[in-house]
Amino acid sequence: MEHVPTPSQTAGPYLHIGLTNTHSITQIAAPGILGERVRLKCRVVDVEGAPLHDAMIEIWQADANGHYNHPDDVRASETDSRFYGFGRAATDESGACEFETIRPGNVPGPDNSSQAPHLNVAIFARGILLQLHTRIYFAGDPANDSDPVLALVPADRRDTLMARADPKHPGSWWFDIHLRGDQETVFFDV
Amino acid sequence: MSKVANERSVIHPYHRHPAGSQPPRVYEQYRSTPPRNPSKPLIFLPHTLSEITGPVYGHDPIGETDNDLTRQHATAPLGERIIVTGRVLDDNGRPVPNTLIEIWQANAAGRYQHHRDQHPAPLDPNFSGAGRTLTDENGNYRFISIKPGAYPWFNHYNAWRPAHIHFSVFGRAFLSRLITQMYFPGDPLFAHDPVYQSVPDEKARQRMIAKFDLETTQPQWALGFRFDIVLRGPDATPFE
Repeated sequence: MEHVPTPSQTAGPYLHIGLTNTHSITQIAAPGILGERVRLKCRVVDVEGAPLHDAMIEIWQADANGHYNHPDDVRASETDSRFYGFGRAATDESGACEFETIRPGNVPGPDNSSQAPHLNVAIFARGILLQLHTRIYFAGDPANDSDPVLALVPADRRDTLMARADPKHPGSWWFDIHLRGDQETVFFDV
Repeated sequence: MSKVANERSVIHPYHRHPAGSQPPRVYEQYRSTPPRNPSKPLIFLPHTLSEITGPVYGHDPIGETDNDLTRQHATAPLGERIIVTGRVLDDNGRPVPNTLIEIWQANAAGRYQHHRDQHPAPLDPNFSGAGRTLTDENGNYRFISIKPGAYPWFNHYNAWRPAHIHFSVFGRAFLSRLITQMYFPGDPLFAHDPVYQSVPDEKARQRMIAKFDLETTQPQWALGFRFDIVLRGPDATPFE
């Protein structure tokens, strides 16, 4: 390591100007991309449960076969060229934003393990000096039981990493992000 | 650090941030940080393919005036014209080519083109304050803009932000993603700004300050500033 990375600073309350007014990506997977369709609604709240209307969520995910569209994934060439796996959106007045995507496949983990389907999430906002990293898993997925990253999380906090299926709307999932407090979401030191 | 082999890829973990080089999650003097950051310790995550990959393709195309914030309207905006240029490197000193940089900033009067900014300073109809570009094959980038003004905020009594430009950079991995602020040399507000002061190490703080550069400066036209950006890099040279 020759250089020290530049410090992070908050994206501030006006991040929309540079990042989401004209360059948000809420459709991660267009219709026709292989995989189970997922309409994902995320919501961000603070320690008081108050919604953040000035946050941005970014998502990075694999395709339905568990391949990342990236040169360091040696099977990236097998991904559909229309699928990049990246999304980002600003939260609205209710702290919510919505993505249209597909459920990713299993991704390789350490020591020949397999990671359960998950989305990688970064959260930016006023008051967040360095982005917060978390993951979204799908509640009820049998692969969760053997996921090597969930295994690092105390059992009584794993629920905070689960998107919940909306029983009224098949294919819709909810994921609440509690930045702090009793229901605090698990965040990762990456 | 050990390499973790799997069926597809050899994972080279990325370097962790050196102590003091990044702001803490909670910095009491910046009052929005305690309610919006976790109180429980973060879970240490060994890097997997999920962390060391990231969006390197598929960004929207860059428009002809996207990197020149002074040519996005009928007339030039008010303010001191500036050139901001530099290189994006990883912490191993390798250039980061073809990576997206996005910037946004206040106008010369210290007002953002944003419905929630109520600072009683004039908007400039000729300034939107947003730009984007890609680094070239050597990691170089260049923007033309105007120097943003300082502006007040509500963090504490008589709080003012030093002039700054917001920078968003992607790099090669989801964990190399960086959003920061570029400051201007000699700003008297540094000592009073909790956002700037949140970075514990003084040398690290100073890396957020652009350098005035006479070689970049163009006679009779614009002041030049250099701002190099360092992103997290992998622990070892990836196998080809």
